[in-house]
Amino acid sequence: MSEQPDMATEPTAAETPAEPTAAETPAEPTAAEPTGPRNADSWARPVDRLSAKDSEKGFDPTSVDGRRIAGPIQGFGKMWQKTYTVALADADVAPQQVIADWKKHYGEFWPKGNRFQAPLAGLQPGEVGLITGKAGGLKLSTGVLVLYSDDESFSFMTPEGHPFAGMITFSAHGAAPTTAQVQLLIRAQDPMVELGMALGGHRKEDQMWIHTLTQLAHHFGVEEPAVDKQVVCVDRKRQWRRAGNIRHDAVLHTMTRPFRRSPKPAADPDGDVKET
Amino acid sequence: MSETTTAFDVRHPTEGVSIIDVRGDVTPASEDGLGDAFAQASEAAAAGVVINFTGLDYMNSGGIGLLVTLLVRAQRSKQQLAAFGLSDHYRQIFELTRLDDAIAIHDTEADAIAALGTEK
Repeated sequence: MSEQPDMATEPTAAETPAEPTAAETPAEPTAAEPTGPRNADSWARPVDRLSAKDSEKGFDPTSVDGRRIAGPIQGFGKMWQKTYTVALADADVAPQQVIADWKKHYGEFWPKGNRFQAPLAGLQPGEVGLITGKAGGLKLSTGVLVLYSDDESFSFMTPEGHPFAGMITFSAHGAAPTTAQVQLLIRAQDPMVELGMALGGHRKEDQMWIHTLTQLAHHFGVEEPAVDKQVVCVDRKRQWRRAGNIRHDAVLHTMTRPFRRSPKPAADPDGDVKET
Repeated sequence: MSETTTAFDVRHPTEGVSIIDVRGDVTPASEDGLGDAFAQASEAAAAGVVINFTGLDYMNSGGIGLLVTLLVRAQRSKQQLAAFGLSDHYRQIFELTRLDDAIAIHDTEADAIAALGTEK
């Protein structure tokens, strides 16, 4: 039913992040300034609920706007740690360059079928990316919060309603060759997704991340990349007290959208009506 | 990035409670060290394990994932997992990632031990 979306290779204007900002290259603190944790700027600022207002055609920000983050603790199904790696053999590229390019072209490496709308500011901490695609043949709209981002890794966290509750971390490490990695720590968000995982969802998810890493390796000129996969069931218990998560399910949200009321148009100071 | 020595020391301040003193970084590279410390702490902790973050220098998102897996191990052993000594920054990260739904955060070691139901 609710499978991890296949992802599209349709880059859009919004997928091209803005030029690096000052936030990406924090200035050295002076002696008089408190230093704080050395990676404080790499984390998203605390938010109670996510905000997503603007979107391109085909994306639905209402599937994310106002939702809370849902990590692996908040999910329903078994907890899985899935690690996919690819050695960028013969590519003379440092981990920092891999991550910089990965952030810049993130959605372009996804398989066809689904699309990712990167935040206008790029994959910066606290930004929200939108996802649209299909799960089990049904349309799905959801998104992710950029939880963490530094020179060698970045992480997404899922909102309520996303098929999975958890974290996805993209990283690069090592030298000659550099290894790129995707690691998921996830539970199915609700019973319907858990069922979908058993009925082919895990296989679809494997395909997605293997495709992503293969495309990333091709981007760096690796001709025949070999993607390795390791799967660990961290927790076999299902959290039945979380079964009610289904009320947020992204597929159900998308299916019922035509029957929900649209936000009221806002009037501007001249009395004209603006479409929101 | 500064060089940091990372260590996870285990002590048993009172019956039924173990404390892991974190010094340095918590990242995916800490998996073996923190995992071994947790196993040692858990063995002697009927009530629960407390993680002391006073000496935490740096944690990335992989470190958060590591704490989630420790939480599952604690739940499997029917033990509680608590924390103290988090800076304001990392306390906010616990709240953002909703780790604080399952790992109780306390201001002091004494508070954490008391909350696990054991007097120091």
